Amino acid sequence: MDAFTELLNGFATAAHPTNLLYAFVGVLLGTAIGVLPGIGPAMTIALLLPLTYTLEPTQAFIMFAGIYYGGMYGGSTTSILLNTPGESASVVTAIEGNKMARKGRAAAALATAAIGSFIAGTIGTLCLALLAPVIVKLAVKMGAPDYFAVMVLAFIAVTTVLGSSKIRGLAALAIGLLIGTIGIDPTSGQQRLTLGLPELADGIDVVVVAVGLFAVGEALWIAAHLRRTPAEIITVGAARMSREDWRRSWKPWLRGTVIGFPFGAIPAGGAEIPTFLSYVIEKKLSKHPEEFGHGAIEGVAGPEATNNASAAGGLVPLLTLGIPTTATAAVMLGAFQGYGIQPGPRLLQTQPELVWGLVASLFIGNVILLALNLPLAPMWAKLLRIPRPYLYAGILFFASIGAYAANLSTFDLWLLLLLGALGFGMRRFGLPVVPAIIGIILGPTAEEQLRRALQISDGHVSGLTNTWFSKIVYLVMLLVVVVPPIVSRLRKRSTDRELTEVGG
Amino acid sequence: MAIVVGYVPTPEGVAALESAIGEAQRRGQRLVVVNSSRGESLVDSRFATGTQWHSVEDRLASSGVDHELTQLVESKDAADQILALAHDLNAELIVIGLRRRSPVGKLILGSQAQTILLEAECPVLAVKST
Repeated sequence: MDAFTELLNGFATAAHPTNLLYAFVGVLLGTAIGVLPGIGPAMTIALLLPLTYTLEPTQAFIMFAGIYYGGMYGGSTTSILLNTPGESASVVTAIEGNKMARKGRAAAALATAAIGSFIAGTIGTLCLALLAPVIVKLAVKMGAPDYFAVMVLAFIAVTTVLGSSKIRGLAALAIGLLIGTIGIDPTSGQQRLTLGLPELADGIDVVVVAVGLFAVGEALWIAAHLRRTPAEIITVGAARMSREDWRRSWKPWLRGTVIGFPFGAIPAGGAEIPTFLSYVIEKKLSKHPEEFGHGAIEGVAGPEATNNASAAGGLVPLLTLGIPTTATAAVMLGAFQGYGIQPGPRLLQTQPELVWGLVASLFIGNVILLALNLPLAPMWAKLLRIPRPYLYAGILFFASIGAYAANLSTFDLWLLLLLGALGFGMRRFGLPVVPAIIGIILGPTAEEQLRRALQISDGHVSGLTNTWFSKIVYLVMLLVVVVPPIVSRLRKRSTDRELTEVGG
Repeated sequence: MAIVVGYVPTPEGVAALESAIGEAQRRGQRLVVVNSSRGESLVDSRFATGTQWHSVEDRLASSGVDHELTQLVESKDAADQILALAHDLNAELIVIGLRRRSPVGKLILGSQAQTILLEAECPVLAVKST
């Protein structure tokens, strides 16, 4: 039970009063930003990246992980009370959750979401603790071609699986890779895309990119769409559940965990697909299918458990391979790089205190989140009364400070503005931001592995596919790209036939 | 000519509405009820929800006065909206609800009621909730 002793050591790290404080601040902040639509954990961590200049890595990551988990909790509150999902993973929760609230069962909906998130988060974190050392053992045997293959899989998955349009996803990825390649080529030492500007020779700081694309872009976008009719909020007391609610919730919680964790752990990640999947499964298995669409508690319990389990799963590739599957994980990877820590299979050996402290603090954070969310849901809902101009003015202020603090140069501020305009433009034309940020942060690492693989094979392309692992990954990639269109076409054809048969 | 009343779903707002209905009946004037929000925050408790707005409508219908309801989401402050509407309708009277405010709150957020009282072109009836 090696992992178990390591985890106990992790608890010793996490239980240090300072670390406990950072975990608390993290989940508090995370819940708040989860409640507010438009502000996600990725943006918040990006805004807090400059803090990494002064904090110990362990403390910073304990706080970031708290924000990551807290965001998942907070999102459900707005989904249920306002029918406006706080973040994308809570979209499905809004379907049944808001219907429940309208029927006067808001307290039960909030409770099943919070308790389900707690159970799924705890089980998911346990899986993370058990799985991470195993994956690391496999991962140390991976060579450059294998890494490159997994990274390409992550790129493909994030562009084609998520979002509505593959072309837009690829375009966003291309933008990200382009920005990622700015600076000095690590292999040959040549300057690329620097336009002769000495400030760009080092590449663009991750803080500036992340803050520009997420915070400034979003703030400009909100500013352009500020006025809207205020939504109707449903008032509610403290969250609680009846015995009947418990009976109907516990199975969806566990099923949601089982669905969510693997989806988070594979590079195709994201929480949108598994939450939707969980919703569909609960609808099929429910003894009360007629309640679905009118506020079925299973439709809240399942997806909410799923999104927290997938959040835990998302940390597996991040901590073991250094590959992010979500925007938040990508920004956290940027933070690792900021500390000069190389995330990857050796992270567990070189920084055991950091990794296990982080995992342990996730358990603690989950307990704090449950304690914060069950009685305090109505208080969180009050955050929605903040006039957005104040909120976004504050965000822009911190964004500018953060970008300036990166290198103490005004050049970065101009860059921030430029990237903010880019982020605004991407939102305007429907380009997803997530592939871009993953391209920027993962792109240089992927390039390094590509160049290394090609150097080993002396420039032969076959050097990229000469291991069994990389072959499998490319095969999976092919399936990910080719199968869904074929399936949807076949399905369409069969429904067409049914329609014509019915019509004829 | 008309009577303009600023309505918010609070005791003060209801008191203002009741006095306005009384005035409208006494003067035989048309009553214009305004409820507005700047639309900046996701939830605005001073913006009447569907059910609240319906109850206002029912109350007016039962009172028998000639009435008109407007809900606005504009960048202007509620005070400016009411003043502009009163000007356009050449209003005879504006009715508003008053509530106690802390000096600090008034310093930071200003007072809508004060703006209306000082800048209105017609008499203003200020009502407190009982």
